[in-house]
Amino acid sequence: MKLFASPRRLFVNGAALWAPRLPGWEQARAILSGREPPPAAAPRPAPQLLPPNERRRAPDTVAVALESALAACQAAQLAPASLSCVFGSTHGDLAITDYMCTTLAATPAQISPTRFHNSVHNAAAGYWSIGAACTRPYTAISAGPHTFGAGLLETCAQVLSSGENILFVLYDIDARGPLAAVAPSRGLLSAALVIGTEPGKQLLAPFDLELLAQEDFEPSRAQPANAALVAGNASEACLPFMEALALGGEHQVRCLAGPGLGLAISLRGPG
Amino acid sequence: MRPTCITAFTATCAAGAGRDALLDSLRAGRSGLRANDFGREPLKTFIGRVAGVEDTALPGSFSDYDSRNNRLAWLGLQQDGFRDAVLAARDRHGAHRVALVLGTSTACVGATEEAYARLTPAGEFPEDLRRPEVHTPHSTADFLQRALGLRGLAMTVGTACSSSAKAFAQGARLLELGIADAVVAGGVDSLCGSVLFGFNSLELISRDPCRPFDARRDGINIGEAAAFALLEREGRGARLTGPRLSGYGESSDAHHMSTPHPSGRGARLAMTEALARAGLEARDIGYLNLHGTATPKNDEIEAQVIAGMFPAATHGSSTKGWTGHTLGAAGALEAVITLLSIESGLLPGNLNSLQLDATCGPQVRLASATGAVRHAMSNSFGFGGSNCVLLFSAQDAA
Repeated sequence: MKLFASPRRLFVNGAALWAPRLPGWEQARAILSGREPPPAAAPRPAPQLLPPNERRRAPDTVAVALESALAACQAAQLAPASLSCVFGSTHGDLAITDYMCTTLAATPAQISPTRFHNSVHNAAAGYWSIGAACTRPYTAISAGPHTFGAGLLETCAQVLSSGENILFVLYDIDARGPLAAVAPSRGLLSAALVIGTEPGKQLLAPFDLELLAQEDFEPSRAQPANAALVAGNASEACLPFMEALALGGEHQVRCLAGPGLGLAISLRGPG
Repeated sequence: MRPTCITAFTATCAAGAGRDALLDSLRAGRSGLRANDFGREPLKTFIGRVAGVEDTALPGSFSDYDSRNNRLAWLGLQQDGFRDAVLAARDRHGAHRVALVLGTSTACVGATEEAYARLTPAGEFPEDLRRPEVHTPHSTADFLQRALGLRGLAMTVGTACSSSAKAFAQGARLLELGIADAVVAGGVDSLCGSVLFGFNSLELISRDPCRPFDARRDGINIGEAAAFALLEREGRGARLTGPRLSGYGESSDAHHMSTPHPSGRGARLAMTEALARAGLEARDIGYLNLHGTATPKNDEIEAQVIAGMFPAATHGSSTKGWTGHTLGAAGALEAVITLLSIESGLLPGNLNSLQLDATCGPQVRLASATGAVRHAMSNSFGFGGSNCVLLFSAQDAA
């Protein structure tokens, strides 16, 4: 059953991806489309938007989210300060949750104030808004394993509601400590998209979008070799869509936006 | 914007479970705050603890979701016939047409904290807490969606203390675009070590009952709450009954993770946008529910912004002296208080506060008052500089 169809064609005006073996969009594009082999794991990115003294000590979530966020804005040739944003993460900062819970169990009065304010689900979004000097609104969401699809839908809803370009940033990091057994996630991964109702200067792909209610909805799968590069990360559901963007041309991509809720995306290819 | 109808709403907090109990406490000036008795080594502070959470049981098939946050959510759903109203909306529109947007900052992290406090000798979670359902930010929205039998979009908003105000804004957009025909928007946050000791580490906790906008205010009291509203679109049929969400405004401070912008830039932006979206002026606002956390900085800056934007006749107050700061639930809880103000004509004052700070203009009131309220506003400002302002109107005023 079709629940919603975008009343307008939408446009991916910028994209970015970062994982240790997909370090940046241009390289990821070549790797995902089979033109280049994946490299050895790259070190964690140092987000250029943060002041130099904060780049190294930023939490992994912030580092990886800001890296793709900035790259997507640059790809779209849009000023970071000009965009409202949607940040999505399945589990948020698993390393800080592990730290908070470990410290609370032993020495609660010793909680680090910085780690505490970095424990909020909107920490990456907050650092982004500060680094980008962006006073436009952001949101920070989770929809469990369906965070990519739900976040993409919320982004498109904001695009349609405002008529503006919106930045969508998805990220998850590796789980630490005892929590890893119940909230599993491996490696670093972030993806970012700039989506608008008009084609931008560096249009990647026009697309149409439908939301379907279908209990047996089957999401698209990435090529096994590509899927393996981000396997186990809680944000891995973004990969089929990012792979289709990397390949270019026309693709149907299906991803879950919730239990029994599917997004059917028809990528049209530029031109 | 086209006003969104609020066909049902409810709140459960330290000052009462359900609208009648909450309104009674507001009218009587009876605070729900009490000396901190939460956890093994309670900090010396006051808290807004909801009675009866420990005795609440989730329905049998949801035992994997058991946690303080989800119990509080379930307790909150039972008040004011809210659950029945959602089920009726589900029957009316279809389960796939009802979305759920939940704001929370704590989610069920209290359960994760408990697991770490009771690790097995092998360093693993104790068996009773090996439940992935609760150890993730989306737990409560996931639980509520399943418990209510909803099949539309379900999302968690985690923008700290603006979370559940933003749930209303997001819900209004989903209705406007036709992605849903009804939206359960709300907030649930529960007491846990992370927020008590976390805010303590930032030296933002008061040892006494909090005193918003008082000259001698010295910090917040952490509270917990579950608050919900059912948002629906006005269709072609009969006019829906209930107050309206007539505007919202969202912005970012772009200044600091845990202190507000010194001139209140983001707060002003969000209030201005909410008024513009509703097509209203500052003088139209009959009651203004302030963020008013009772930290020195928040209240000083918010009072200055209010003094510069609103006429002297505006009645503004923070209700955190009744409820404590319920963090991720504050936006939804204070939306309900704002709606109660429109319904009842009660304009709450600043409970516990004795002498207003010199930065307060005449808008910030110590004493409660009564009067007809057609339009009312609620402010929520969070860590990470996330601001959200909601504007509500009486049914016949929207």
